[in-house]
Amino acid sequence: MTTTHEPTSPEIGGIGHSLRRKEDDRFIQGAGNYLDDIRLPGMLHMSILRSPVAHARITKIDASEAEAMDGVVAVVTGEMLAGYNLAWMPTLSGDTQAVLATDKVRYQGQEVAAVIATDPYIAKDATSLIIVDYDELEAITTPQQSLQTDTLIRDEKDGQTDNVAYTWESGDKAATDAAFAAAAKVVSLDTHYPRSHPAPLETCGAVADVNPATGQATIYLTSQAPHAHRTLFALVAGLPEENIRIISPDIGGGFGNKVPIYPGYVVATAASLVIGKPVKWVESRSENLISTGFARDYYMHGELALDDNNRITGMRASILSDQGAFFADAQPSKFRAGLFHICTGSYDFPNAHVEAKGAFTNKAPGGVAYRCSFRVTEASYIIERLVDVAAAELGVDPTEFRSLNFIKKEQFPYLSPTGFVYDSGDYHAAMDLAKQMIDYDGWRAKQAAGREEGRLIGIGVASFTEVVGAGPSRDYDIVGLKMFDSAELRVHPTGKAILKLGVKSQGQGHETTFAQIVAQELGIPATDIKVVEGDTDNTPYGLGTYASRSTPVAGAATAVISRQLRDKAREIAAHLLEANPDDLDWEPGKFFVRGSPESSVTIQDIAFAAYTNHPEGMQAGLEGVHYYDPPNMTYPFGTYIVVVEVDPGDYTWKVHDMVAVDDCGVRINPMIVEGQIHGGLTEGFAKANMQWITFDEGGNCIGSNFLDYLVPTAYETPNFRLGETVTPSPHHPIGAKGVGESATVGSPAAFVNAVVDAVSHFGVTNLDMPVLPHRLWGAINGVEAKP
Amino acid sequence: MEVTVTINGAAESRDVEPRMLLVDFIRAELGLTGTHIGCDTTSCGACTVLLDGAPIKSCTVLAVQADGRELRTVEGLKNGALHPIQAAFKDNHGLQCGFCTPGMMMVGSSLLEQNSDPSDDEVRWAISGNICRCTGYMNIVKAIQAAGAAMQGGGE
Repeated sequence: MTTTHEPTSPEIGGIGHSLRRKEDDRFIQGAGNYLDDIRLPGMLHMSILRSPVAHARITKIDASEAEAMDGVVAVVTGEMLAGYNLAWMPTLSGDTQAVLATDKVRYQGQEVAAVIATDPYIAKDATSLIIVDYDELEAITTPQQSLQTDTLIRDEKDGQTDNVAYTWESGDKAATDAAFAAAAKVVSLDTHYPRSHPAPLETCGAVADVNPATGQATIYLTSQAPHAHRTLFALVAGLPEENIRIISPDIGGGFGNKVPIYPGYVVATAASLVIGKPVKWVESRSENLISTGFARDYYMHGELALDDNNRITGMRASILSDQGAFFADAQPSKFRAGLFHICTGSYDFPNAHVEAKGAFTNKAPGGVAYRCSFRVTEASYIIERLVDVAAAELGVDPTEFRSLNFIKKEQFPYLSPTGFVYDSGDYHAAMDLAKQMIDYDGWRAKQAAGREEGRLIGIGVASFTEVVGAGPSRDYDIVGLKMFDSAELRVHPTGKAILKLGVKSQGQGHETTFAQIVAQELGIPATDIKVVEGDTDNTPYGLGTYASRSTPVAGAATAVISRQLRDKAREIAAHLLEANPDDLDWEPGKFFVRGSPESSVTIQDIAFAAYTNHPEGMQAGLEGVHYYDPPNMTYPFGTYIVVVEVDPGDYTWKVHDMVAVDDCGVRINPMIVEGQIHGGLTEGFAKANMQWITFDEGGNCIGSNFLDYLVPTAYETPNFRLGETVTPSPHHPIGAKGVGESATVGSPAAFVNAVVDAVSHFGVTNLDMPVLPHRLWGAINGVEAKP
Repeated sequence: MEVTVTINGAAESRDVEPRMLLVDFIRAELGLTGTHIGCDTTSCGACTVLLDGAPIKSCTVLAVQADGRELRTVEGLKNGALHPIQAAFKDNHGLQCGFCTPGMMMVGSSLLEQNSDPSDDEVRWAISGNICRCTGYMNIVKAIQAAGAAMQGGGE
């Protein structure tokens, strides 16, 4: 496939132009249309009553006082939903989850009842009048406790005799054991990737509008995957799918939080169906943090086998994941631990074995891929920490150890020991550029000099490989829906176009980027192309935006349909020029007769002719739709190097410099790509420095608001410097690989490696995230620090 | 209670409950939905508006407290042409999902009224009550500084 691009003029604005974003005009004027901005005539408001305890049997719910309150229209309980067969709903991992609790509550914040009222203040007031009696049970707050106790969290499940959510493995155990038996040296690491929450600035919500006369259900949702959600609504609620229209309006950030279906969506829809009026539900920040999709929470053990030449010969990893009360990971169904088995990373060795087990706990369900392609973040973290541990034990520079073990450029496509076929890469080039940009040797000298003066400078490296763009239908589906994606392109008679996609932007700039792909392929100015997403009645089916899949899959669909229309345009041009189609040459925006550039027609002329003067025997119009089934995943990579300094007085740490070299293949809009990397680096910094959610022994969520769940502000966030190498994906029509998550995946290990490096001379070999001052103090002083 | 405000230059009166938050007054009563709600704890700044010219978090002020006073929201930034800060946010890719953007621009425009040439640190301190989850802040800082330069006449 071609991956080189004819340059386009700034007026056309094809691939490689840092076009200013089309969507910004409405956002900078306060004219975005987010979920909470939607107001429909007669609309009612819903508020949810949540469990204050982590684990308890419900013995009584008395809503009479709430029902009697002025302005209250209805109080919905699980028992009422059971009458419609809606008390439980399927999760994206094939489990079932309570919509409103009937038997037990299984985590603090679980949905127990909902009030529908004429005003949001009244709805909230009325929830406090509902009396619920709880008979408390043992709260299970860690997966280790979960596997030891006799208390069953999921006692409602037939045949469930323990708290195990799933087990899974990948790789060749026997061959890997043999490699370890023959190893000259084995290094290991135990680490916890803590529970986190994507916390987009806009919380989740729904406005359900079911018309009792027609049965039409228009459901506005904060949804990253509106088509998949429509199908799930049809399956859960039993509504006929042609009558369900999901509209995902402007989304105020998603990061994986808006992939699952939440109980509030279902209750609002059921309430609208029964009451016959629109019902709005918008969760508060606390509700968002305590009940919707968390991320990570992997307890990881990793080992590397090494030979006498400092080459890695094998890897073992075992995972215990905290799943919360329901198994609600948003993973492709074939992969129970997501794509964690990409944990062999950027390194060339033949043997690996991964085993994973998930345990139920009394915490909110989720396991969403927070700015991450299905657990790739955890995978990247364990391997990039492990190679640092290995380099330190061997006394080798961590960049040299990596370079020695990297998969070489000429080895691509590369079959990994867990079965991935890496499409392309040049890891040495990214490493060399990053080292040069940050002056790696200069910082090593400053570090050594600083130690003489008691300064604690550390340099951390991470050379990540991602696997994104799910995915080929032979391997990838979510609840059975194959992970293709689609693009429908209509070129109008005046030469303007509309592009309709199955994916859904949450800030990534699709309205600009995808217009640029069409501009590149058809020569129509990107500013003349409107991009429409998020309305299931008016876009072709697709699986949505997460896991860095939009550019790899929908971007490819856009390029392919554009090329198909260009083929048709050639036929029309030949008709207009009275020439043979094979005698025409293309340059962005026009066809001309080979050797006679003055005999040309523009794409706009061709578009007009497609509706006014098309050749006999050809269908009129210049429109089409394409469903793209990717032949492989794409494998973005990069090297990040960060320099930190620990304050020996208060054990805080600051970033002196950070260089991020990313290779995401061809960059469609460099400005947007860099913005994505800035954002991802910040989230990586957040997790390394401050951002996590913990629970006390009673299962109370510590981190239920932005005062306790710390996300970085501008004041804590460092500046970053970016570099790039370009290794186009050989199988993607425009050579792009996806970039929205690379920095979140790659950077946490770089930060932690840097802090560990700063204090390694105290004997510190590991620090778990977030690297908080008391943990750092404890590690240096040999004291175990409690969370 | 009757609440009368001048908002973006126009007088508006509504009869509201004494407990109504200013942000709900602006969004639900006046229909100006450019001001957003992102948290419950005065932490995120998405609801920032100017009250008598000073930035405040409208989720933590009652509507009745704004009675008789002057409000400016994102909808009031544009005065014929875009405000320089609006143009600068677009030109410097200072926004992604756009949810924090109105609050950021209100704080930024207020800072530039005091100091049209703020340093990186000064901008970062000024917007440290506003959370952005998308951009990593670098381009927001750049946008605010570029707007300052444009307001001084130094910007292109």
